[in-house]
Amino acid sequence: MEGISKRYGGVRALEQAEITIHAGRVHAVLGENGAGKSTLIKVMSGVVTADAGRMLLDGQPVTFANPAAANAAGIVCIFQELSLIPDLSVADNIVISQPPTRFGMIDRAALTRIAVEALQRAGGGDIDPREIVKNLPLSRRQIVEIAKALARRPRLLILDEATSALTAADVTTVFGVLKRLRNEGIALLYISHRMHEIAELADDCTVFRNGRNVATYKAGTRSDSEVVELMIGREYTHKFPPRPTLAPDPGPPVLELRNISWPPRLNGISLKARAGEVVGLGGLDGQGQRELLLALFGVLRGVTGQVLIDGKPRSIGSPRAAKVDDIGMALIPEDRKTEGLMLPMSVRDNLSFASLDQFSRGGMIDRAAEGLAVADMIRLLGIRTDGTEALAGSLSGGNQQKIVIAKWLMTSPRIILLNDPTRGIDVGTKQEIYVLLRRLADAGAAILLYSTDYDELIGCCDRVLVLYDGAIKRELAGDEITQHALIASALNIEVAELA
Amino acid sequence: MITDPTQPKISWTHRIDVPVATAFGCIIVLLLIGSLYSSNFLSPAYLLQQLKVGAFLGIIATGMMLVILLGQIDLSVPWAVTMGAMMASAATAYGTWGEALAIPFGVLVGVCLGLVNGVGVAYLRIPSMIVTLAVNAVAQGLMVAYTGGFSPQDSASPAMKYLAAGTLVFGLPNAVLVWIVVGILAVILLNRTTFGRAVYGIGNRETAAYLSGIATQRVVMTAFALSGGLAAFAGVLLAGYAGKAAQSMGDAYLLPAIAAVVLGGTSILGGRGKYIGTVAGVILITLLQSILSVMQMAEFGRQIIYGAVIIAMLLLYGREKRSS
Amino acid sequence: MTGWRYFIDEHRGTLLALAIFCVMFTLYVSNHPAGFTPNVVQTAANKGVLLALVAIAQTFVVLTAGIDLSVGMVMILTNCLASYLVVGGLATTTGGVLAVLLTGVACGAINGAIVIFGRLQPIVTTIATGAVYYGIALWLRPFPGSTDDFNGDLADLLTGKVFHLLPASLVFLLGVILVIWLPFRRSVLGRAVYATGSSEVAAYMSGMPVLRAKMLAYVLSGLLAAIGGLYLTFFTYSGEASLANGNTYTLYSIAAVVLGGVSLFGGRGGAVGAIFGALAFRAIGDLLFVFDLDPLWQPLFQGLVLMVSVSLGSARLFRVRNRLDLFS
Repeated sequence: MEGISKRYGGVRALEQAEITIHAGRVHAVLGENGAGKSTLIKVMSGVVTADAGRMLLDGQPVTFANPAAANAAGIVCIFQELSLIPDLSVADNIVISQPPTRFGMIDRAALTRIAVEALQRAGGGDIDPREIVKNLPLSRRQIVEIAKALARRPRLLILDEATSALTAADVTTVFGVLKRLRNEGIALLYISHRMHEIAELADDCTVFRNGRNVATYKAGTRSDSEVVELMIGREYTHKFPPRPTLAPDPGPPVLELRNISWPPRLNGISLKARAGEVVGLGGLDGQGQRELLLALFGVLRGVTGQVLIDGKPRSIGSPRAAKVDDIGMALIPEDRKTEGLMLPMSVRDNLSFASLDQFSRGGMIDRAAEGLAVADMIRLLGIRTDGTEALAGSLSGGNQQKIVIAKWLMTSPRIILLNDPTRGIDVGTKQEIYVLLRRLADAGAAILLYSTDYDELIGCCDRVLVLYDGAIKRELAGDEITQHALIASALNIEVAELA
Repeated sequence: MITDPTQPKISWTHRIDVPVATAFGCIIVLLLIGSLYSSNFLSPAYLLQQLKVGAFLGIIATGMMLVILLGQIDLSVPWAVTMGAMMASAATAYGTWGEALAIPFGVLVGVCLGLVNGVGVAYLRIPSMIVTLAVNAVAQGLMVAYTGGFSPQDSASPAMKYLAAGTLVFGLPNAVLVWIVVGILAVILLNRTTFGRAVYGIGNRETAAYLSGIATQRVVMTAFALSGGLAAFAGVLLAGYAGKAAQSMGDAYLLPAIAAVVLGGTSILGGRGKYIGTVAGVILITLLQSILSVMQMAEFGRQIIYGAVIIAMLLLYGREKRSS
Repeated sequence: MTGWRYFIDEHRGTLLALAIFCVMFTLYVSNHPAGFTPNVVQTAANKGVLLALVAIAQTFVVLTAGIDLSVGMVMILTNCLASYLVVGGLATTTGGVLAVLLTGVACGAINGAIVIFGRLQPIVTTIATGAVYYGIALWLRPFPGSTDDFNGDLADLLTGKVFHLLPASLVFLLGVILVIWLPFRRSVLGRAVYATGSSEVAAYMSGMPVLRAKMLAYVLSGLLAAIGGLYLTFFTYSGEASLANGNTYTLYSIAAVVLGGVSLFGGRGGAVGAIFGALAFRAIGDLLFVFDLDPLWQPLFQGLVLMVSVSLGSARLFRVRNRLDLFS
């Protein structure tokens, strides 16, 4: 690929990006969120077309109008979001793009044969090809996804975070498969956030930053810290507000959980959070952190265990019940676009949405009071918007995230649950959010913060609880919270092993 | 660029809704076409008569709009209208009290029908077009069983007749007045109440509304109940207008009601739309029907032109709206 | 693990519809004054097959997670057309039948084109096109009527009995399954229809011909509705532009599809299920007659059956553990 550029509206996702991939080698692509990795593979696999630049396949320029065209050229991508059809069988899914036909009809015997063979190559020989995909657990579906890619006889196989849903045993199997494919002469493009995976698998690495490729090197020629520096492109600059030392509080904690379970995702979680405390939830992605926050907020059904607010057991059956005054819980959800905001509605409507009851009597909204409170909040958080009537969708990601947070601050919450609140937003806004969190805690709120960013946990939290497989594996407090300790406990290994 | 947030700056493009403007533009075009066919098409008396005819549709479309704003649809309108008309007329036959309570009784029946829709959509999460279709069938079954399949003999109460066909002030038909009242209430409901805000919120993103602590199920159920009640109310008025109820008198109102709402710029996917647009849509549809009858078009031609025009208009500006 | 589990899993809806049908039909026949005779079966079959054909038409569109509220009107339109065209001898009759079928295909193609290329919602589109189709039907037959040289022989052949025993309509329905449904089910494009209904994004990402698949579904829906219209003509020997009939058939087609285990969310179920759903729905409606209840109660009874059957799908709600899943 040469000089590939892609813009989304005013946002430059890729700028003059270049990458060369060789047959028989595993090429890893690294980069922060929003560095352009996803866009790169979308261009390569025909999901989007580049605005500028050209793609060469075996030296010949090519363009792909759609994924089917890319497939035909031997480029197959396994996407982060699964692309399986839930209602079709495993076998149907594996051969979906080019089913074997006889007299124009699908040849079922051949179909099953191909599927079984592909499944075996992908390390999923135990999966019955007749099973409906919907009925398979996530990790098995990922194997089917790989089998599906293999059945297309790819020359270039792209894997985007392909192992994120897999168990350790499955990862080993998949790596075996990938290494064999490499030896068969297939080119592999591998995208992962897990450094040890890249170290084990990759031959070449390319680091992306802000839509450009900043460095390409042979695997093993750079140290981890060098790579991290390439990814962020600067010395680490986040400044976190200082942590105050908490005076021991004799009263009951604002929030206490006893043995919260929601099998299989949550297995007996107990924790306490006091007023003024920022408690972090750490661990690898998908170890039950999200489910824990949703369970607290009354979204999940069939949660067992006890939730105590101010020492009194409460049952919270819905977000509506969670935000009542004497509980005062707020959840900043994971995906601001689908769960946090109504993008086509105005900033005003969005900001006051959760707290409308405060500005209304008998169901009638007092627009003047609402307007004042909204304006106050915009000022307080420094939300950059073209007036209160501007549409939420017209704001930048960081400002949108501020609206999600502000919307809940308007309910004056005492317990604030945050689900990865700084994902995909700019550094400046991140900084403001850190300051805000500390200020809220100082004002007496108890904060539960889940973050996929380790630095954030280190910088922001008074304590960090590391989750593994739906249970708390380790609690780190104060100076114990270090990168090493976090990663080691996230992987559920002893610190000594890593050091 | 930070502007003072207390001084909302609204550009004129914000104020003028393209679909609403288009709808009003189409109204003017229709008026011009109509005046070519008949010289008194533009006379105040004729236009007032059009408004009066449109008032019934306007009331139904108000309920339909609420439901469409939620991203749902109400296909039970035909028999909610008929049932309201028949039940109100039936109540009239029961002495003075029956006569007095005829209108509220008819509306109440519609509300109940709407509640069944609402429970099905909000709590059982059956797709609204299916559950409302089924409720429509049940309502039809009830009425067929009740009337024996014939036109009911009960006639409308004097109050119903007065409300639908009388005039109160300055020759303004009461039906139009009723629509104006319903319209003002609808505008207040949509713009000034927590309920209205919740309707828009749910229509845009139900997950976000739920996570904001909105009682989404109750809002959805209420909206359907209102839609059923308004449809039945229109039925009550129609019975008053015609003197009595008739079998399948509501059938002619389903497509016009949906078309009026959608042509008025309300997104069929929910969350976006203004009541003024629905008013424009209702007038547009009424004028279209009126022109077709002025042209002495046969029934078959009306159906064809009607369906074709609606598709054409939706294609015209239903598309660009989605991409924005 | 045995293959049975997967078979039952895949065909659960169809099997359930079959079971309901068997129970209902047994009830019907055992209480029928004439008992289980070829004539009783023939009458029941003829009514059932008509609905079954429209139900298959509806199935195609529902599989793509859409809905076709114009099937009844296409049926009425083709009925009116057939009452003019299916006349005379072999050649003219064949031409007439072909013309009628092509009309149905055209109606389906128009629906499909508007939904796919116009990107309008299926529900609004098909209500509006339904009005157009009904208008054309009304133009053709302002009053119910028939043509003098209507080919009654063909009609009798297809609505009579084969070997004085088997209802010809059932044999015909079997033919439709063999000639249209099974090839569709096993074709690549048919698979794409299922995939599109199940998850359009995933289908697109997998490089499937999503647009062509949707178009095929609408076209086949029009074709089947036209076959239904033809069959209606064979029963009545005449054409009638009845708004009520059109609406009723549309409604009942949805009822049959739901009873037959076709998922309204797309991607699951099939024509065989829809057929049993249609037959079961007819049998339930006819139960009232054999139990000597006033036929006036029939619409209410069928409405309630429809209501109950669509509510049954909500049982899945009890298994939802994350309430956010309810909104997707």
